[in-house]
Amino acid sequence: MNTIRTKEQLGPNVTRYVVDAPLVAAHRRPGQFVIIRVSDRGERIPLTIADADPEMGTITLIVQAVGKTTRQMAMLNPGDSLHDVVGPLGKPTRIQRYGTVLCVGGGIGTAPLYPIARGMREARNRIITVLGARTRELLILEDEMRSVSDELFITTDDGSRGTKGVVTDAVRTLVQSGHRIDQAVVIGPPLMMKFTSMLTKELGIPTMASLNPIMVDGTGMCGCCRVVVGGDVKFACIDGPEFDAHQVDWDTLIRRLGTYRTAEQAAAERFDHVCRIGLDGGTSA
Amino acid sequence: MTNAERLKIPPVAMPEQEPAERIHNVREVPLGFTPEMARTEAQRCLHCANQPCVEGCPVGVRIPEFIRAVEAGDEASGIAIIKETNLLPAICGRVCPQEEQCQENCTVGKSHKDIGQAVQIGKLERFLADWEREHHAAVVPRLPPATEKRVAVIGSGPAGLTVAGDLAKLGYIVTVFEALHKPGGVLAYGIPEFRLPKEIVDAEVANLTRLGVNFQYNTVIGKSLTIDEVRHTYDAVFVGSGAGLPNFLHIPGENLLGVYSANEYLTRANLMHAYDEDSDTPILRGRSVAVLGGGNVAMDSARTALRLGAHRVMVIYRRSEQEMPARKEEYHHATQEGVEFHFLENPLEILGGTDGWVTGLTVQKMQLGEPDASGRRRPLPIAGQTSNVPADVVVVAIGNNPNPLIPAALPGLQVNQHGGIVTNEDTMETSVPGVFAGGDIVLGAATVILAMGQGRKAARAIHAYLSSRSAVSG
Ligand SMILES: Cc1cc2nc3c(=O)[nH]c(=O)nc-3n(C[C@H](O)[C@H](O)[C@H](O)COP(=O)(O)OP(=O)(O)OC[C@H]3O[C@@H](n4cnc5c(N)ncnc54)[C@H](O)[C@@H]3O)c2cc1C
Ligand SMILES: Cc1cc2nc3c(=O)[nH]c(=O)nc-3n(C[C@H](O)[C@H](O)[C@H](O)COP(=O)(O)OP(=O)(O)OC[C@H]3O[C@@H](n4cnc5c(N)ncnc54)[C@H](O)[C@@H]3O)c2cc1C
Ligand code: SF4
Ligand code: SF4
Ligand code: FES
Repeated sequence: MNTIRTKEQLGPNVTRYVVDAPLVAAHRRPGQFVIIRVSDRGERIPLTIADADPEMGTITLIVQAVGKTTRQMAMLNPGDSLHDVVGPLGKPTRIQRYGTVLCVGGGIGTAPLYPIARGMREARNRIITVLGARTRELLILEDEMRSVSDELFITTDDGSRGTKGVVTDAVRTLVQSGHRIDQAVVIGPPLMMKFTSMLTKELGIPTMASLNPIMVDGTGMCGCCRVVVGGDVKFACIDGPEFDAHQVDWDTLIRRLGTYRTAEQAAAERFDHVCRIGLDGGTSA
Repeated sequence: MTNAERLKIPPVAMPEQEPAERIHNVREVPLGFTPEMARTEAQRCLHCANQPCVEGCPVGVRIPEFIRAVEAGDEASGIAIIKETNLLPAICGRVCPQEEQCQENCTVGKSHKDIGQAVQIGKLERFLADWEREHHAAVVPRLPPATEKRVAVIGSGPAGLTVAGDLAKLGYIVTVFEALHKPGGVLAYGIPEFRLPKEIVDAEVANLTRLGVNFQYNTVIGKSLTIDEVRHTYDAVFVGSGAGLPNFLHIPGENLLGVYSANEYLTRANLMHAYDEDSDTPILRGRSVAVLGGGNVAMDSARTALRLGAHRVMVIYRRSEQEMPARKEEYHHATQEGVEFHFLENPLEILGGTDGWVTGLTVQKMQLGEPDASGRRRPLPIAGQTSNVPADVVVVAIGNNPNPLIPAALPGLQVNQHGGIVTNEDTMETSVPGVFAGGDIVLGAATVILAMGQGRKAARAIHAYLSSRSAVSG
């Protein structure tokens, strides 16, 4: 049983869960993910393992409610269970001593970034972190990231916290002010990853990015998660999810993420409608 | 009854849902024989002394004997005879390519010079298996005293299910590890409901559970547990991880929106129930769907597309009708349902609009040349003859390769150039001691019955291997 132990709101629509999953907890390494289903008729969705406690047999998931499944998950409470959790899937991050590692996180991307930053720090790298969000409420894991970073910078689109601007502005300023960076890791919305990797390419900084294509099985069986890297088709669930950001065909990734936009909107609307009926009828908790 | 009289009986047509009706539902197409129909069909068998049919069956089902039981109205004995060699007759009766196996050499078909007149062995097999399930007549065999020995089976496809069943009956403690949330492998995620109702797969799995087999879903060996951990806690390991790695054509446009691998298309439809409007898993319901390929996977995709509401479904295959590897029955059903077949057309490029959505494809007209290595005539392009076909969904169904997860997780495991695990042909043992393998992970994409046959062989060899060893502690 994948029972939810604790649940904590990190920001509007972003929730942290600690969930029982002993095998996953015992085997996972930074950069890996699980696939979960909330209910028997539910969709299989991938979520990064943000942290794990092998002794307790639990994993941490940080989830942004964006559509039907993630909203359904947001309605679960400690004591409830996820229907299925499978993992750890994907290849772990290549953690080694690079020197100075720049960690760039955008929005919910900070959740998968945190275990990688921590792993890089444990491998005795110097960590410079740049976190970006649209506005201050959407910043997550600031304290956690600070605790594993030597330096930390924040940008928000509206200037409500940190510097006004986007992460690429901060990265450029860093490099211009003489920071030497040996390796970058960037995780966030695909458009943010695209622009960050264009910049690091220009600056000559090797960069890895964690890709988030739509997935089904997560075992290499369906090819739904295919991405184009260096001109070759790769399956993100078994060959990734991390790739050399400078080789990724970002436009294809971004386009393919929109495959089900109409269906997803309809599903979310239906779900909201059902929830409202539930509330009106007074039957929902 | 004399043989002459038997030869005069025409094949009994199994009732089917009408094409116009069935393309609007996912229920099974052939509806099954009544006992009377089965008896009449059974009367067509000549009980040949040389039994060419048995020769054609990869697991050697004692065909004339079970058919005699059907003729005598003794279903219980009939099913018992089949189950001596075939653990999953309800499935094989439905999905075996009988025209290339048991029915190919049937004397009745030969004497009519028409394979379509052969005794319908598969349909009779299905009849008995359905009878057993519907009458709850499955006999739970008396198990020998449990041994202390534990066997891990990786993958719950037909190969894994066979190994699990055979070894449980010998008293072993068997755990089946399955990566997905449901058992059955291709039987669950690939072959559609209208060809193999999932209730049948579930019933077979329930029978194994009754034999004490333990199923652990959502567990990817090599990820959730390392193979070494499995080898330390189990006395032997069977790998039946299948050929779940879809091939693509590597032509321009394959990453456009609306282009699927058949595995993804079928998994969304079957495993995730996307044909059901209530399912949370979306699927694109194209109006004009092009399926690339000519095997069972292509037929299943095309017929699924119809049931998802497509107005036009085309199967585009680069060779001719004769070379098409799909089962005859599937081809026939697809034709009846209105699937268009474009033979001798090779896709060159998938076309898309500026919004990134697929709009169609360009195909090259082909002709047949000399036979190639596979013995089939090689398709050759006819210079200058290309054309465009409109489509808003394209399904690539050109086959699968062995799943790389297990070989990647077990260094020292010998694989061939296609990624298939190399085994000893008699024992199915791999290059790693105590690790056996069978089914599509060894054969490449093959058939259900071949996977089961290898599973049976492996179970026998695992029994021999373990009989000479003491149990691991723990
Ligand atoms: C390897 C991997 C790790 C991930 N880790 C996390 C994580 O730790 N936390 C988290 O909140 N999310 C994570 N995601 C994204 C998460 O899987 C999606 O948000 C989820 O599938 C959405 O499901 P839904 O039914 O709620 O929304 P849907 O109705 O499916 O989609 C709603 C909206 O989200 C967009 N969307 C759909 N799928 C994705 C996707 N894969 N990535 C980005 N946007 C998507 C859609 O375009 C749509 O606009 C990860 C994705 C991958 C591939
Ligand atoms: C669409 C389609 C239609 C077909 N139609 C026919 C037909 O009509 N007749 C016929 O005879 N054959 C047909 N076949 C072929 C037939 O289904 C296969 O040959 C057969 O299923 C192979 O059985 P298997 O046990 O080797 O593997 P599979 O059925 O592929 O099962 C393998 C299982 O192992 C699991 N697995 C993989 N890796 C791991 C891991 N690391 N840990 C845990 N579990 C793992 C997978 O999730 C899967 O469930 C068809 C195939 C397809 C795809
Ligand atoms: S198992 Fe398949 S090949 Fe053998 S008799 Fe049955 S249907 Fe024919
Ligand atoms: S070959 Fe045909 S007729 Fe002869 S025993 Fe087999 S099924 Fe009967
Ligand atoms: S999610 Fe199916 S192959 Fe990656």
